Amino acid sequence: MYAYDQFDRQLVSQRVAQFRDQTQRYLEGKISDEQFLPLRLQNGLYIQRLAPMLRIAVPYGTLNAEQLRKLASITRKYDKGYAHISTRQNVQLNWPKLEEVPDILEELAEVEMHAVQTSGNCIRNVTADQFSGVAADEVEDARAYCEIIRQWSTFHPEFAFLPRKFKIAVCGSASDRAAVMVHDIGLQIVKDAAGNTAFKVIVGGGLGRTPVIGSVINEALEPKHLLTYLEAILRVYNQLGRRDNKFKARIKILVRAMGAEAFKADVEKEWAHIKDGALSLTDEEISRAQSFFQPPAYESLPQQDMQALALENADFARWLQHNTHAHKVAGYRIVTLALKTTGVAPGDVTAEQLEVIADLGERYGFGEIRSTHQQNIVLPDVRQQDLLALWKELVELEVASPVVGTLNDIICCPGGDFCSLANAKSIPIAEAIQRRFEDLDYVYDLGEIELNISGCMNACGHHHIGNIGILGVDKKGQEFYQISLGGSQGLDASIGKILGPSFAQDEVPNVIEKVLETFVSLRQPEERFLDTFRRVGMDPFKERAYA
Amino acid sequence: MPKIIKDLNVVEDSWQVWRDTESLPTSGGYIVPLALWQAHKDALLALGDIAVFLASDQSPKLLGADINSFALIAVDFPKFADGRGFSYGRELREQHGFTGELRAIGDFMRDQLYFLKRCGFNSFALQSDELDEALASFNDFSDAYQPSIDQALPIFRRR
Repeated sequence: MYAYDQFDRQLVSQRVAQFRDQTQRYLEGKISDEQFLPLRLQNGLYIQRLAPMLRIAVPYGTLNAEQLRKLASITRKYDKGYAHISTRQNVQLNWPKLEEVPDILEELAEVEMHAVQTSGNCIRNVTADQFSGVAADEVEDARAYCEIIRQWSTFHPEFAFLPRKFKIAVCGSASDRAAVMVHDIGLQIVKDAAGNTAFKVIVGGGLGRTPVIGSVINEALEPKHLLTYLEAILRVYNQLGRRDNKFKARIKILVRAMGAEAFKADVEKEWAHIKDGALSLTDEEISRAQSFFQPPAYESLPQQDMQALALENADFARWLQHNTHAHKVAGYRIVTLALKTTGVAPGDVTAEQLEVIADLGERYGFGEIRSTHQQNIVLPDVRQQDLLALWKELVELEVASPVVGTLNDIICCPGGDFCSLANAKSIPIAEAIQRRFEDLDYVYDLGEIELNISGCMNACGHHHIGNIGILGVDKKGQEFYQISLGGSQGLDASIGKILGPSFAQDEVPNVIEKVLETFVSLRQPEERFLDTFRRVGMDPFKERAYA
Repeated sequence: MPKIIKDLNVVEDSWQVWRDTESLPTSGGYIVPLALWQAHKDALLALGDIAVFLASDQSPKLLGADINSFALIAVDFPKFADGRGFSYGRELREQHGFTGELRAIGDFMRDQLYFLKRCGFNSFALQSDELDEALASFNDFSDAYQPSIDQALPIFRRR
């Protein structure tokens, strides 16, 4: 993974000093609440319903064991002994004290971490496929480019006060695990006929209250132009994006209002001024970035037959099938640790678990650990011969629920239990659904289903792109839930359609059950929920749900 | 005389901002709105030293060929969260080659000085009683990843 040099280290430590001074001046009354707001947000600090929330950046979801141990120690010292993995691969603390945040940031800097630009109307932490560098279906490792984008966007002087937040995702594999179609900018790595790397540039996708699938404005951008092209897009957006209405300020609204072609024309006009200028990437810089993401010292191992491994034990077999993925190196497997224990908020992880996971990352791999936007944790390099031993330890640690990719692998925002923006609670909904569908055989028979829950329109739980989406709404002071069907991420992304009038909290598990029964009755053999929905449409689901 | 920050020093400054878009000032020494400039160019020039300011929805392109006739151009920040002026600063310096004084006016804050300077601003009518203390914010960072007005090369060409 990327390692800081003196330059990176100095910038992060100057950032800590800057924020310490700003916090001090705020506490002395020299900075108003209003002025302090963007300053604290750009350091990841929210003022929440019950306490502040600190969002720590995990650039493109990559962590090492030392960082995990530091996070564990910080949660004990400054918080309540647990952390939360967010839907943007970041780590959130729910109970820090405002005046201690500079100390937390200083401790994070010791392990090359920070909370820079994890919130606010600026370029946010860049995200990537959690299987970058190890996925069997990878075209090219996205991480070097993510790091190049991270550095360019960090403390960018021109783009710290954009109309609204700005999120960039990069995907380097054939199947999209980074949701590139629903980001402000999505970059899909492609290869031309000659095998050269290029980026398909998608702009103006997004979720929130106006979900939009992005538009491709460049089919194949050469890597050397990556930063100048991004800078041109941001410059157009910074000047033309709406600032009169926060709900219409995202780039998706601008692209839609102008039309993708006209937007592209403006970008290219702006680009002409800087293309081939100093910001053009050099081959040396691309190689330098790539040098940090070279494959670790894999052993030469025989590829083992997964079905033979599965004979060991039925529970192990289920876990193997759902929680591990194909690795590009023979004899290795990617393992997902499910932070989806029923009764625990999806994505929550305790200090003890973080420490054990750090050890496991070293013992069963090369010390690298990933966070995912499905709010799980990944050990990317596990030898197949170690899977059984690892599984036993994960069972002990309660992160082996064999539910990855199933109905019970719920994506869920913190919701009304924590977040001051939320209209409704989301965590208890996730729990009620997990309890209703405890029969794993039934869950497996349903096949691949993504169920996503957001407590409000801001859509942190990505409900629009869940095959089943649940959105908390406020109806005359009561918490209600709107269900949508047919959303999906991936390169054929679609926005879910609303089933109909919303439901009270206690009705939600019943409605989900009716939706699933409808699916089962209409499904062709082995068909995924999404494909059945796309084939039969909304009507049969609607009839059943409101019967 | 009011004090501003110019070229990293606190100095006394005699320019005044004229926000009326209909009537003209009676003497020089004013920074006037773009619309007034466009409508009364000759009358304003006859008054003596005149500068112009851009509102946050007025791109430098609207100044056309006049850009390099000004000794001072100001960019008005209606709210500190409105960051359009950062792009205008860079555009004036990088695309139009403006070398005169580029001043931030309106509602910006001390904690934006470092980024404003990187975007080409060299004078700041900062609304604060603590201008001397505010100078410290220019040193928030000693270097940067990106190229901009104060550093032509990105760090990756200097590493």
